[in-house]
Order: sequence, then structure tokens, then C-alpha cells
Amino acid sequence: MSDDTTRLFLGLIGVLVTASVIAGVLSWRSPKPLPSTLDNLNARIKAWWIMVAGISFAFLFGTRGVLLLFAFVSFASLREYVTLTKTRHADRWTLLGMFLIIVPTQYYLIWIDWYGLYSIFIPVYCFLAMPAITAMRGDTSRFLERVSEQQWGVMLSVYCLSHVPALVTLPIPGNEGRGLLLIAFLIATVQGSDVLQYIFGKLFGRHKVAPSISPSKTWEGLIGGIASASLMGAGLFWLTPFSPLEAGFLAALSCVMGFFGGLVASAIKRDRGVKDWGHMIEGHGGMLDRADSLVFAAPVFFHIVRYAWT
Amino acid sequence: MSGSASLLQIVSGSVLAVLARAVTGVRPIWAGSAPNGGQRIYFANHASHGDFILLATCLTPSERSRTAAVAGADYWSSGHVRRFISRRLLRTVLVERNWVERTADPMQVMLDALDAGESLIFFPEGTRNMTEEPLLRFRSGLYNLAVARPGVELVPCWIENMSRVLPKGALLPVPLLCRTVFGAPVTLKEGEDRKEFLERARQALLSLAPRKDGNNG
Repeated sequence: MSDDTTRLFLGLIGVLVTASVIAGVLSWRSPKPLPSTLDNLNARIKAWWIMVAGISFAFLFGTRGVLLLFAFVSFASLREYVTLTKTRHADRWTLLGMFLIIVPTQYYLIWIDWYGLYSIFIPVYCFLAMPAITAMRGDTSRFLERVSEQQWGVMLSVYCLSHVPALVTLPIPGNEGRGLLLIAFLIATVQGSDVLQYIFGKLFGRHKVAPSISPSKTWEGLIGGIASASLMGAGLFWLTPFSPLEAGFLAALSCVMGFFGGLVASAIKRDRGVKDWGHMIEGHGGMLDRADSLVFAAPVFFHIVRYAWT
Repeated sequence: MSGSASLLQIVSGSVLAVLARAVTGVRPIWAGSAPNGGQRIYFANHASHGDFILLATCLTPSERSRTAAVAGADYWSSGHVRRFISRRLLRTVLVERNWVERTADPMQVMLDALDAGESLIFFPEGTRNMTEEPLLRFRSGLYNLAVARPGVELVPCWIENMSRVLPKGALLPVPLLCRTVFGAPVTLKEGEDRKEFLERARQALLSLAPRKDGNNG
């Protein structure tokens, strides 16, 4: 593991320890039972520890570890997503195919670095095969709705998310062997932006961005969070092949995409009448609650870097 | 069925629990009762063969090792494979549902298991629910058990989504999130007749179902 990787993880652990200590002191001094804001903060910090531990563990095993980690993230996200859709008995073969064939195939194609296929496998072949299989079963009730829901599920949970580990395969001149750090850069800025938006929103939030979708997303949180996360991204330029200015620009773009990812995820949840996607981390939300911003940021980040740097 | 689990049953119970968690991410929601080590009858809605595996997965390992599922002998005793699964791998109490041909009184079989210290998983609808209704009418079994063994807690358990994971006739489970909600125990009131009690128990179970269930068959 390179010095930069070690430096990054020591820095992350430092941030988490600081956050845990602050939250611990606040919780200790606050009246019991804890107000919901503090409860939520503690839950988020705990989720963060688990995430950092999981990602660090995967990094120990290199590209293979990160691919397996994200294949699992895709599996868990897809499971949460499908649970909220209205499936019918005739969808079983399509659903089984989504979990048993699409997820492993997509990640295998990234593993063997077959860009020409992994970038179209889902939007061309799967998108045509899935409605065909569903139609073969003969149940036409709400057909269009069911097919679109399934297609969007694999698009979000598998296709988009798989672009995070796919960053390793980008042949950026001068960046050989440092692909994992590019992944770390993307995850750190996007997830950092989530946290910073939350903090800025709690401190200064007044004007809601989309009151009918999410009461917690405010313009103050959005602007403050994205601006500070972009600065943080610029400061992390040493992880990447980019200059500080380029790193800041890419971070800003990823954070804006991440914001839209969170907004769309909230709209879906609101439509289905649930607060969280699932209960992966101790009843404090599911995998997609943490991954929704990466879903939107990863493919855009991937393609811009691929276009401009390779 | 003796009062304790064989090693094979303990191992297969743990393996099934790991599998059930991997596929469904199941979590118990204790809403009115908590694990207390006491002898219980868990009564639940039934639409899938996976139901009792899911429910057993939610129990503590020690409670799981003394809990048996009440299942239909007509299905689980036919053929070597099913018999091996139900007798050796799983902990079941097999009752004969066919009134004409049966050789053992189902009530007596269940009472024997209770007297041997077992907790039971019991599906009071008597069969898997294949209708659009969330819950069928209860058969008398639950009432008879409540009368015969008033000391055993009757805990309602709502199993969510399992019928979508593993519907009737399906071999492979579709991974979907499942939950089991455990409600407050239902006790037979003094002077309460069969019909009243069964309807009250049914309502207690129904009240645990989420209002907005994604389940649409």
C-alpha cells in the first residue's frame, strides 16, 4: 500500500475520531432521552465507521477487493430497490436474472477490463432482454410500469454504481497503479459533501430546495456543503492525476450530481411512503441511503475523466 | 420429538439462519414482546415454505434450538427427501390434517411437544394463504392450545414479504428485504368463547402488518 493511501486513511480515521468525540461529548451533556438530531448524528457517525472499515478492508485486497465490495453494494442496493417496487409473480425470472446474472456479469466485465461491453451490457442487452423475458410470461397487467421499474433498478444499483470500481481501469498516463486512489478521491468528496451539506443545512438552513420532496435539503446546506466539499476535493488533489484547480472542478461537479442523486432517491422514497431504503445498518437506513449520491456522481465523473485524461 | 435438538438440527438451523439473512436481510422487530426465555407459541401469517425458517432466524440461538414448527404431515411425510428434511434437518411437529385417515390426534401431538418443553411456531390459518386477503380466518387450533396450556405465551408474529421471496412452487428465492414483527402476547380472557378469542388473536396479528405493504402478489 502506497504512502498516499496510508496518509488518506490516517486522515479519515482522524476525522472520524474527532467527530465521534464531539458527538460523544454532546450526547453526554444533553438531556436524556437524546433529541432526534443527536440520535441521527450518532447513527451517521456509526455508519461512517462501518463504511470506512469496509472500504479500507476492500482496499487491502486491491482492485479485486474493491470490485467485490461494490458488487455487494450493488446487490444490497438492488435488493432494497426491488423490495419497494410492485412485483408480480410473472416477474420472477427477470428478478432472479437481475441478481444472479446481471450483477456478477457487469462486475466481471469490469474485472477483465472490457470497456466496449460493460458500458453497453446493461443499457443495450439487458434492457432488451428483460422486457422480453417478462413478456414471455404472459402477464400484461401494469407491464410498462413493471418493466420500467426493473430497468431503472439495474441502471441505478448496478450500472451507475459499477462505474466507481471501473475507475481503476482508466489508463491515465502517469497514473499507473494509482487507480484505487482515484476511487478514494471520488468517494471521499461525494460522501464528504453529503456530510457537509447536512452540517451546513443544520446550522444555517432556511430556504428549502424542494419542500415537497425533502424537508432537510436547503439552499444554504446545498451551497455551503458543495463549496466546502469542492475545496476539500481541491485539497485532495495529491490523490489524483489532476491539478488542484481540476480536482476542485471535478469535485464540485461530482457533488452537484451527488445532490441530484439524493434528491431523486428522496422522491422515490416519498412516492413509496417510506423514510429509509432499508435497515442495513442497525435500523438507521439502508445501503442506498448512503450510496444514492455516488450513483449519480460515478458515471459522470468516470466519463469526464475518461474523455479528458485518457 | 424430544425436548432437545440434535447436533444436525442445530447446525442446519444455523446454516439456514445465515442463508435467510443473506437473502432477506431479515431483522426481528420486537413490538410488544421481547425474547424472555419463556415457553411460547409463535403464531404467524403463512404464505411461503420459507416462513418458519424466517421466523426461526429471528429467535435467539438457544430459543431456536428448542422451537419446532407445526407442519402438515400429509406434505412433509411424503417421500424420503421431505421426510429427511422435516425429521432430521428441521425441528418440526408433524400433524395430520386429514380427518378421515389420520392415526394420531393433532392436538395431542402438539400438547406432547409443549409438555416436552418445546416452543412452537404455529400457523393458525391451517394452510398457506394463496388469496389476495392479508390473512385468512383462523382455525380452532390456536384456541384449543390456549385452553389446554394457559401458561404458554401466545405471541403474534407478522412475517413481511416472504411470500414474494419464495412463493408457492418456486425453487430459488428472489432477494428482497424481509421483517418479522413480534407483537404483545395474546391471552385467553375469562369467559371468552372460541369465536371471540380467534377473532381477537387474528386482529392482534393483523395490527402488526405495515399499512403500506409493497406486497402485490
